[in-house]
Amino acid sequence: MIRSRSTAALHALALSVVLAAGAAAAKDTGYVFVSSENDHAVTVLDSKTWQVVKTIATGQRPRDMRLSPDRMALYVIASKGNRVDVIDIAQLKLTHSIPVGEDPEMFDLSPDGKRLYVSNEEDAQVSVIDVASRKPLAQIEVGEEPEGVRLSPDGKRLYATSEVANMVHVIDTATNKILANVVVANRPRRFAMTPDGGEVWVTSELGGQVTVLDGVSNKVKAKVTFTPKGFRADDVTPVGIAMTRDGKTAFVTLGRANHVAVVDVASRKVQDYVLVGNRAWGATLNRDESLLFVANGLSDDISIVDARSRKVLRSVPVGRVPHTVVIDD
Amino acid sequence: MHACMKLFLRFALGMVAALSLATPVAAATTTVRIVHLELDPDGRYDETRLFFRGLAQPLGRPFAGAEVALREARFVGQAIGVEFALERASGADAKALVAAVERLNKDGVRFFLIDAPGAVVAEVSKAARGRELLLFNVSAPDDALRQAQCQPNLLHTLPNDAMRADALAQFLVSKKWRSVLLLEGPRPEDRLQADAFERAAKRFGLKIAERKPFVLSNDPRQRDQGNVALLTAGADHDVVFVADSDGEFARSVPYRTVRSRPVVGAEGLAAAAWSWAWERHGAPQLNARLEKHAARKMADPDWAAWMAVKAVVEAVVRTQNAPFAALAKYLKGEEITLDGFKGNRLGFRAWDNQLRQPVLLATHNAVIERAPIAGFLHPTNNLDTLGFDQRDSRCAF
Repeated sequence: MIRSRSTAALHALALSVVLAAGAAAAKDTGYVFVSSENDHAVTVLDSKTWQVVKTIATGQRPRDMRLSPDRMALYVIASKGNRVDVIDIAQLKLTHSIPVGEDPEMFDLSPDGKRLYVSNEEDAQVSVIDVASRKPLAQIEVGEEPEGVRLSPDGKRLYATSEVANMVHVIDTATNKILANVVVANRPRRFAMTPDGGEVWVTSELGGQVTVLDGVSNKVKAKVTFTPKGFRADDVTPVGIAMTRDGKTAFVTLGRANHVAVVDVASRKVQDYVLVGNRAWGATLNRDESLLFVANGLSDDISIVDARSRKVLRSVPVGRVPHTVVIDD
Repeated sequence: MHACMKLFLRFALGMVAALSLATPVAAATTTVRIVHLELDPDGRYDETRLFFRGLAQPLGRPFAGAEVALREARFVGQAIGVEFALERASGADAKALVAAVERLNKDGVRFFLIDAPGAVVAEVSKAARGRELLLFNVSAPDDALRQAQCQPNLLHTLPNDAMRADALAQFLVSKKWRSVLLLEGPRPEDRLQADAFERAAKRFGLKIAERKPFVLSNDPRQRDQGNVALLTAGADHDVVFVADSDGEFARSVPYRTVRSRPVVGAEGLAAAAWSWAWERHGAPQLNARLEKHAARKMADPDWAAWMAVKAVVEAVVRTQNAPFAALAKYLKGEEITLDGFKGNRLGFRAWDNQLRQPVLLATHNAVIERAPIAGFLHPTNNLDTLGFDQRDSRCAF
């Protein structure tokens, strides 16, 4: 115990030294990071050649990932490792880990990068973790199997889905208390938000739709349904969602229907369906929003979609069961 | 009240504690009561039988599954101002259970789970006909309950024999293991399983090489029926199907066959509602919840009881706890979306009240396939390739 603690402290020290020294070098590496649930690793791709630059071993079952606000570090949740691994982007090295409670799945970072908000699937709670001290600040009881967690743009509200209670919990981040429980379509998974936080979009995997919530009143405003050609309603299982920064376009991955839907946010109309790989879940836009990256969990590859022409540019094989894609461009 | 009737009522623990966990958003005003009825004693849960840990067999009383589902309902109940309560009632025979249903129904209970063999379920559901209640069968796989004995207010969350047989038959066809040696035990339930498999074989184009009865006996005069080597030494076949509702004989069939043939049915590879080894669609979390709660793994009837409570909760939530007729209509209707953690949207078949659902093909520690198997198609819902489709139904409510 004592030894591991001091080792961790040494690592943290080493990291801060590296961060200070290598700040310029790490910026905008052009690397694409893909977490692979069954390989217990993050695959690093070069976005010019699409070759694997490195495979970084992580804790068991890596899933959700996010860049630190300064884009120097990559946070990777290790679901079966009960921790968040921190990868230094300049060195492509796992530097330390933050314990985050049992069976974490998805997370968000506070805008200042100081707090992690983590869904703990098995314990039916959301943990608030202090990044610097690596200690839990609070645990918020929510419905069974919390999944998506997302902060409002101002960081004042936290949204969390419960896959089993079919609810979105709205949490006040100042008090860590639940402000509202909103019933949505079945098996709610993940979020996207308009830039002002006025609209919260949540995917419902089994309900086969996106529910649009009013970010102020917490009421259900609308729903978006999908009809990709050649698939029955029951095959449409939306999970991943990404929205452009201007809040005009949303990309929704349709899971078993193997398509990404392109949705006009204002009119809620689906403009296009793009065929991708098997069980398309994770969806991420690159920084200039020209490319959409989709993780195909059952074909072990990612699809790279031109966000304007809505054509698939290429698919790149990655590790087993890709979960999330993060681009440092 | 019947003399031999034993009636225990017990409010599920933890509800009050659970409800105080979060800031109340809407005050709980109404209580929706769900009663879990069980036959006690019930030979299917004898310690000696549970010891075999047969595939697709119970590992304990399914009440545990209902309790897990109740815990899952705490938040959503709070949001709509409803408190769900689970009670347990038992009786030694059908008469006692009928009396319990009558008494509790008069007391306002509308939702019942029944954990009893097929004959008891048939009697109880017949007596409950016309009453303002829904009865969920969670442990009787009998096809007859979905056909001639069907009742308008009896619903089934456990897959029936025909569904399980169809799932296995689809799998065998996909493997091109087309010729089957069918071994059938002495119990009436064994015969029902064997008949269901013959029906499925005919439906999907498998050949029954031979159908032979087996007995659990070391009697040398019966050795042709008790010895696996002798039973499997006849005409060649691709696979051995064992119809054994008890599981004691079936567990000794693999590796004792004369030829190197896989065993399916009650052993080897079984068609199951649930498997503790199922890892997709949130299954690990559900399995962990049941294990934490009951200190054992989750099996088919647990899943069926869990699913039944979930169905009631879903209907109450989506109809804002509507009056019974509207709520029952929604629950049985096309619109409902039930999440069985098996990947598909589930709902009840209008023609026989059977829950349509995927069936898992599982060994003792792995799920090999999920039926319907790719390529088995249906004009409206591929799940209806398993069991009685509308045109096969002989149910007239």
